[in-house]
Amino acid sequence: MMSSGVRPNQIKGTGLSSGRKMKNSLMAGLMVLATLIVLTPLLLIFYFLIVNGIQSISWDTFTQLPRPEGEEGGGFANAIAGSVIIVGMATLLGVVVGIGGGVMIAEYPEHRLVPAVRLISDVLSGIPAIVMGLVAYTLIIAEFKTFRGFAAALALGFIMIPIVVRTTEEVLKLVPQTVREAGLALGLPKWRVIYSIILPAARSGIITGVMLAISRVSGEAAPLLFTALGSQFWQLNPFSSLGMAALPLEIYNRANSPFPSSLPLAYAASLILVVMVFLTTLIARFATRKK
Amino acid sequence: MQNSRKVLSSRSDQYFKGLILLLGVAIIAIFGLSLYELLVGGWDALKTYGAGFLSNTIWDVPNEKFGALTFIVGTLITSVAALLISVLLAVPAAIFVTEYAPKWLSEPVSYLIELLAAIPSVIYGLWAIVTLVPLVQKLQLAIVMDPNLQKIPWLMSAPTGRGLFTAILVLSIMVIPYTASVARDVIRLVPADQREAAYALGATKWEVISMAILPYARAGIFGGVILSLGRALGETMAVTMVIGNNNAIPHGIFDATNTMASVIATQFQEATSDLQLSSLLGIGLLLFIISVIVNYLARLIIARLTPKGIK
Repeated sequence: MMSSGVRPNQIKGTGLSSGRKMKNSLMAGLMVLATLIVLTPLLLIFYFLIVNGIQSISWDTFTQLPRPEGEEGGGFANAIAGSVIIVGMATLLGVVVGIGGGVMIAEYPEHRLVPAVRLISDVLSGIPAIVMGLVAYTLIIAEFKTFRGFAAALALGFIMIPIVVRTTEEVLKLVPQTVREAGLALGLPKWRVIYSIILPAARSGIITGVMLAISRVSGEAAPLLFTALGSQFWQLNPFSSLGMAALPLEIYNRANSPFPSSLPLAYAASLILVVMVFLTTLIARFATRKK
Repeated sequence: MQNSRKVLSSRSDQYFKGLILLLGVAIIAIFGLSLYELLVGGWDALKTYGAGFLSNTIWDVPNEKFGALTFIVGTLITSVAALLISVLLAVPAAIFVTEYAPKWLSEPVSYLIELLAAIPSVIYGLWAIVTLVPLVQKLQLAIVMDPNLQKIPWLMSAPTGRGLFTAILVLSIMVIPYTASVARDVIRLVPADQREAAYALGATKWEVISMAILPYARAGIFGGVILSLGRALGETMAVTMVIGNNNAIPHGIFDATNTMASVIATQFQEATSDLQLSSLLGIGLLLFIISVIVNYLARLIIARLTPKGIK
């Protein structure tokens, strides 16, 4: 780095007053200290999750249903399945609308609605998850008194859309203009160029965006609180009026339970959730690395 | 033949464009629909209480008197305090990663900081309940026992370990990665000329940072801070789990209170009257509007005041 170049006044040791030198080292020390403080909670949480989580996970965790409160043992197979179904449905919505929005912004920039779509998508990404839960509640459950899992998926999907839009837009813009021109010069219609040339070229970047959105959304509990509700039973129908279990809800309910025997499964659920989230993040990183 | 193919391709182009526009417009529609639903849902409360909804601190469920001020105050205190703590740590950490750490160290460190953002909010809440709350409780007990500290009124609260202080601690940890990542990106964009010029004048590393880099990156960092504020305002689960859920304005830093998000999280499902439901939706509407404004401002600041290349 250029900062390692030796400066004349350093050689003689005259130019740099000891006060300046001391301040320089003091500040360097403070930055290191701040970084260590920032990393401490991360390490503490990891330690907490791994130590408690591994002790609490067993085969039952993945295969059994929750037992009545106060009883030990049991599992949350229903919550794992519920999370997969809800996040799966949300991903479908997030991917279709998100990629659509990204393509609109990147490929039809002359359209007069493009600035509005971009701005609103940006602003949408900042709206708290719990508010999206309220919206899904008033939109679906207050109207139809049913479709609980679906409402939860809708809320999560809304949260995913702006993330997918942004990454799609950014990777599509990385595809060189000449590629588009080459496609058009071959006589392909514009939609063919986008569908068969540009989207495949940008695939890994778009997958990264989708994975990031999935990892963001699969840990969300707030939008599920009054939509999916949670459940003690096998309830895998997202169009039912009965509550559906999900991992983040499981953690929340057990963490607030007055029975200490509820905690181990909260640890187990947390470890599973964090591993899932980190795996998706890692896959997302890996997908971009390869490019 | 030639002609029909051309017509066909232009028609399929029209269909495709129509589909894409439909999806783009769907995003605008989602935004509009959300605003509309919250407005309709919260209308009863807004009509009944008018402007008093924002200025009233009473939240009386049995008598159906609802005001949001307590929660607005709770949200502001927790977010702003958490933001201050996180800036004090995140900006130096970002400077360390960009200016001090060698490459082999800087990449893993910034990756680790980003991992903080990937941990779900409920897990922060669980961790805080199990490890942080008992610690804060011990601290509170020590304060209550101390004859000198006893006299300070804003330190005195029921020693439950749950309240403003714990919520602020957790929230600041959660906000750090957002502030840090924007600060890091902005600092990286400071042109090398800027650094070299300062070094050429004989500046020490710290002088380069404080005189050449930070002034240049200041606006971008500020935008990042506002963006983090948006995050902190709406943060729900972890805050709900440790803030004590008490519907009263706090008088001390250990007092139990509620934020806008946490009162929705704890009361919406158990709301007993339509008016309570409507009031909670009204708070949701407020949260929606505030986040839109904060986010828009942050993006405006970042776009206006930083050199090209940052979004």
